[in-house]
Amino acid sequence: MCLAIPGKILAIQELGPMRVARVQFGGIVRQVSLSFVPEAGLGDYVMVHVGFAISRVDSSEAQRTFKLLQEMGALETELPPAET
Amino acid sequence: MKYLDEYRDQRIARALAAEIAQWTTRPWVLMEICGGQTHTIMRYGIDELLPRGIELVHGPGCPVCVTPLETVDKAIELALRPDVILVSYGDMLRVPGSRSDLLRAMAQGADVRIAYSSTEAVKIARSSPDRKVVFLAIGFETTAPANAMAAWQAKREGLTNFSMLVSHVLVPPAIRALMVSRTNRVQAFIAPGHVCTVVGCKEYEDLVRDFRVPIVVGGFEPVDILESVLMLVRQLEAGEVKLENQYVRSVSYQGNLPAQRIMAEVFEVADQKWRGIGPIPQSGLRLREEYAAFDADRVFDLGELSVDEPAECISAQVLQGLKKPTDCPAFGMRCTPENPLGAPMVSTEGACAAYYHYRRHKVAS
Repeated sequence: MCLAIPGKILAIQELGPMRVARVQFGGIVRQVSLSFVPEAGLGDYVMVHVGFAISRVDSSEAQRTFKLLQEMGALETELPPAET
Repeated sequence: MKYLDEYRDQRIARALAAEIAQWTTRPWVLMEICGGQTHTIMRYGIDELLPRGIELVHGPGCPVCVTPLETVDKAIELALRPDVILVSYGDMLRVPGSRSDLLRAMAQGADVRIAYSSTEAVKIARSSPDRKVVFLAIGFETTAPANAMAAWQAKREGLTNFSMLVSHVLVPPAIRALMVSRTNRVQAFIAPGHVCTVVGCKEYEDLVRDFRVPIVVGGFEPVDILESVLMLVRQLEAGEVKLENQYVRSVSYQGNLPAQRIMAEVFEVADQKWRGIGPIPQSGLRLREEYAAFDADRVFDLGELSVDEPAECISAQVLQGLKKPTDCPAFGMRCTPENPLGAPMVSTEGACAAYYHYRRHKVAS
């Protein structure tokens, strides 16, 4: 229940006081409330939980963390092959 | 899928596991609080990648599992009333109450609707003015803003046929209860990344200080969990005690302020009973007085119930990290996801369900 999935904002519209977006998750598109992430804009990635975006994914942080991890992946040559 | 696949990279996972092994000189007991993280650990066999000395015990972070038996019974009682539509997150349907579950109530004619989001419950209330719509509002801090939004919206629109049966729990008081318990073995915690997305890392500073226990706020993908373990092991081996944030791509120090505002507008902190664990002071949320008209407990005058768990179910010890699901004699035999004795076998975040889905063949062999 506490799962949140990253998705990309494709379109935004105002529905009364609510700001809602069409958000793409892989091949699926769903309507998501942006009430809690007023800073999110078109093309941004958001973490979505029960129909509400709860954070804008910080792309520079996501890439930085990933790069760091990828560099660690260079250690792989030192390791035995993966068990299957 | 972007921001998912990268964090499932097997090469990185193995490199991280090797790094953890290099750092580990002594045994350590770590707890991941969130059931979502438990499922990642079981699904990808992360515990088996770790050096022998590192034990992961599974925490109480499964909202469905800790929703009190009494709340489930109340939901069933309400659902069976002909004038009521009960709206629930899908996870709750199979959760056993003391005598029945919502799925069986449906078979008896109860009008139970599954919603993905709390806003759907409000929508149903709007389109069914002649029926009373009750939303079973359960969850941790992650879900609380969305559920709060439903009450806020209903109040704003002046809906008179919408109410919520609330069972909301908070993570930090549960960690506190674990730490003061005489049976505690946990030496460091992976804090739940999505709870912290909402409330911010700041909520965990006091715990680190008060109990001198390392805490890393962690994400949900295999690489996130392994990196969180590495960060904790480094602290433990170096004798450090810090709050660190592994899940920086989603979690900030302050958290999500608009979400915190709507939570505070609608809910207030209250004592809360946790299924399997018992009452924990100031560990839950209830609707504020201004929202009394949307509180199903008051609208339907449900009163106080008290019922006992089936004696055969050891979920209390499982939820506190004292026993593994496979220690239970009923596991996979008399207790399965189709016929559960306790809630942790039902929920997609329950530790028993995780072991059942990913480990039961190993146990059998």
